[in-house]
Amino acid sequence: MSKRYDSIIIGGGHNGLICAAYLAKAGRKVLVLEKRHVLGGAAVSEELYPGFTFSVASYVVSLFRPHIIRELNLAKHGYEIIPMDCSFLPLPNGDSLARWADPQRSRREIARFSQKDAETYPEFSRVMTHMGKLAKAVIDHPAPDITSMNPRELANIFRLGRTFKGLGPELLHLNTKLVTMSALDFLDLWFESDVLKAPMAVSGIIGTFQGVRSPGTAYVLLHHYMGQLDGSFRSWGFSKGGTGGVSLACASSARSYGAEIRTEAAVQQVLIKNGEARGVVLENGDEILANSIVSNLDPNRTYLKMVGESELDDEVVKEIKRYKLRGSSGKVNLALDRVPEFSCRPGDGDHIRGDVAIAPSIDYLEKAFDQAKYGEFSTRPYINAVIPSLTDPSVAPPGKHILSCFVQYAPYHIKEGAENWPKYREAFGDAVVDTMAEYIPGLKDMILYRQVLTPWDIEQTMGLTEGNIFQGELSLEQLLFQRPLAGYAKYKTSINKLWMCGSGTHPGGGIMGAGGELCAKTMLNARAI
Amino acid sequence: MPIKSPFFPRTSQLCTSMYWKEWAGYHAVSSYGTLHDVEYFAFRYSAGLLDITPLFKYKITGTDSASFLSRVMVRDISQLKIGRVTYCCWCNEDGKVVDDGTVMRRGENEFFVTSADPCFSWFSRFTRGYDVEVNDISDQIAGLAVQGPTSRDILKKFCDVDLDSLKFFSTTSAKVKDFEIYISRTGYTGDLGYELWIENENALTLWDLIMDYGKSYDLRPAGLAALDVTRVEAGLILKDVDYYNALHTLIEDRMSSPYEISLGWTVNLERDPFNGQAALKAEKQAGSNWAIVGLDIDWVEIEELYNRHGLPPEVGSTAWRDSIPIYVDSSMNKQIGYATSGTWSPILKKNIALATIEKKYDQIDSKLQIEVTVEHKRHTVTATVSKPQFYNPERKTSNPVKS
Repeated sequence: MSKRYDSIIIGGGHNGLICAAYLAKAGRKVLVLEKRHVLGGAAVSEELYPGFTFSVASYVVSLFRPHIIRELNLAKHGYEIIPMDCSFLPLPNGDSLARWADPQRSRREIARFSQKDAETYPEFSRVMTHMGKLAKAVIDHPAPDITSMNPRELANIFRLGRTFKGLGPELLHLNTKLVTMSALDFLDLWFESDVLKAPMAVSGIIGTFQGVRSPGTAYVLLHHYMGQLDGSFRSWGFSKGGTGGVSLACASSARSYGAEIRTEAAVQQVLIKNGEARGVVLENGDEILANSIVSNLDPNRTYLKMVGESELDDEVVKEIKRYKLRGSSGKVNLALDRVPEFSCRPGDGDHIRGDVAIAPSIDYLEKAFDQAKYGEFSTRPYINAVIPSLTDPSVAPPGKHILSCFVQYAPYHIKEGAENWPKYREAFGDAVVDTMAEYIPGLKDMILYRQVLTPWDIEQTMGLTEGNIFQGELSLEQLLFQRPLAGYAKYKTSINKLWMCGSGTHPGGGIMGAGGELCAKTMLNARAI
Repeated sequence: MPIKSPFFPRTSQLCTSMYWKEWAGYHAVSSYGTLHDVEYFAFRYSAGLLDITPLFKYKITGTDSASFLSRVMVRDISQLKIGRVTYCCWCNEDGKVVDDGTVMRRGENEFFVTSADPCFSWFSRFTRGYDVEVNDISDQIAGLAVQGPTSRDILKKFCDVDLDSLKFFSTTSAKVKDFEIYISRTGYTGDLGYELWIENENALTLWDLIMDYGKSYDLRPAGLAALDVTRVEAGLILKDVDYYNALHTLIEDRMSSPYEISLGWTVNLERDPFNGQAALKAEKQAGSNWAIVGLDIDWVEIEELYNRHGLPPEVGSTAWRDSIPIYVDSSMNKQIGYATSGTWSPILKKNIALATIEKKYDQIDSKLQIEVTVEHKRHTVTATVSKPQFYNPERKTSNPVKS
């Protein structure tokens, strides 16, 4: 037994740290407990090979809420984002498509494949900016409870309704399409060229166990379009020093408000008495008491590991077991001894200073999904690669580079069972390197170090159940007032005084910080702490 | 017609956007690409290479050079040690600023002065009675600024001097290949950085060396648009934007004393006579009328204004330099000053400006109102007064710790 805290936060991911910062800023006595030796959860930077700092898991930033930066003074604490200027698509036939921040340059590039698409492209951006504004009204507030008659809830619903209404009929119809259609069908409303549609459609499948033709994926597309950097929507950037830089800025801010943060302090269990969370038990046996507990872990782990079935109603256990995690992606991080050059567009120019998509056609993506459906990883996967060292020299030695590959599909549930993933880890890594080497001649000779993260590895190291990078799929039935569970949303759980603040809560995944922020604000508003 | 700097054969090849402007009679690159932001991020995260040849450059020699410069400048240059640089301004007899620049002491009796305006005539007016020679070397010496966190590492690759121990605002000569360059640890970005001075005939060789060694350090050529964002963040004022040369203005209202343009700290009042001394003493006593301050413009209020029009907030892509009215309150009845330049600061995530306001309103953290035009309509939003220097990273002045 030791001193008592107002709140203990289990897990030092960026959301946990943000939650801690807000609570501490409001004068609460807060303790963050992180299992690993590094902070950040999936937004983590680690020097895995001398001189190379990898964004081990999450690798780009866009959705981070700008008001959190202001309210927690994160710029002062080292939150630094370098925008990406280009999305590059190399093609197997030696051609390529680069989409730039410069609209005229993009138009000319796209026109090589379809003049119509090239001119429609800004119209699409305009519509998505509208939708993004709507999304802002949704993601910057707790999702209203549609079953409640509480005046405050009704006011929230009304506010949201008014924002929707403000879109006008045309955009409202489109919005309905957006939440129900597949990413591909949605893009088909605008575009004709496969070469343009494929790299755009992938935004709809990232982190989900769906294909670009699966209904509902258009929403995930929007989720990736809601990003905002410095007032401009849809922009993505690198965090200086890797995505761990974001987490460290949040930690530094939290500490400045008085929060206490411990690493290598793994929580075994939440202490529950009479249906109420009273504290935590660490793996080393220590008990720490607090007036409230906040879990930054995913819903599955929070309910089934930290609380345990014996403390839960049968119905909750059933629901939480049905909650869809099913991780579908992996990560291959490479340290290279020189700039990787693409044969279709050689050189170290600006085209490779953003993200590079290996998504040559819709069929390619769908075939990659086909393999995953039957419990295999894609032998020719969709890859989103970045070379952050070209814009942020602090992450690699001079002249050396990092090639970071987000890979889909790597289903958690492989045929032989997830626990057999280690047997296939290197084969999976080889498939990724082979795929990249088709576009980057000589890639294999440049590799100084390789890290392969399968969804099983992601679960083991980061504690994300089934390796789901969003702590639960972003499918419609698991969003808003149903994230994670209908009836237990709004950062509350079925256990009194136990809260959740991770990506498994509204508004979901990505380095957004909204879960941590809204959880803290909800707790403070409810005077629950 | 503007002339070409010695680096033109290279810069013209690289400037694919064709975005040029005129700078002191030279063609100068505004931005190499159609968007300048990658060049800005190079200054802040790796290194940017900027042609600063258009600055005016003077070599001051003779046994009286130190006392002569002390007579001309508001700062007591006789105190400047060899190998050191100082930044200051110079005034007319009425204590109004003529120009600002750096003074480097290369030897007991040799100085190197840079300025924004041509100053040969002005300096020459005060040489009588001094053993001093003023040489305009503006067109013989080329200048290159290498600015950003990796700038030191790049220069170390080909300079034969110990840059790790070269302090902020110090200078050194260095041998590069078969020629000599003069390096000052100075710059206009408010970051770690160096300015390199070189004879015109060796200019291209130096450019190529830097570009070559810079490749591994993500160096890229950068233009004035990116520079402008960094200098506003650093709170560094610009002649003809934030103040005017007293010799070139038609009306007294446009003249400023050093105290009024945040350069009071460069004035050494109590010493032998210097230009403007009496007027500056009197102003010090009586108080100044104006002050340059920093303004932190409230982003939430801007967002709300745009939102009222159904628009997402817009951030200008480059730094601006229009005169924007500053008011006491949102009634817009009482104007107490004007912002002269400003920018969205990507690194600070703030909308910032430099403004000249009535001295009595210059308290740090006080709230003023700045005019904002949204959808052709004028509004005001809150602007919080701060020091002009918004950004000042430790690396700017620090030296690597020796292990």
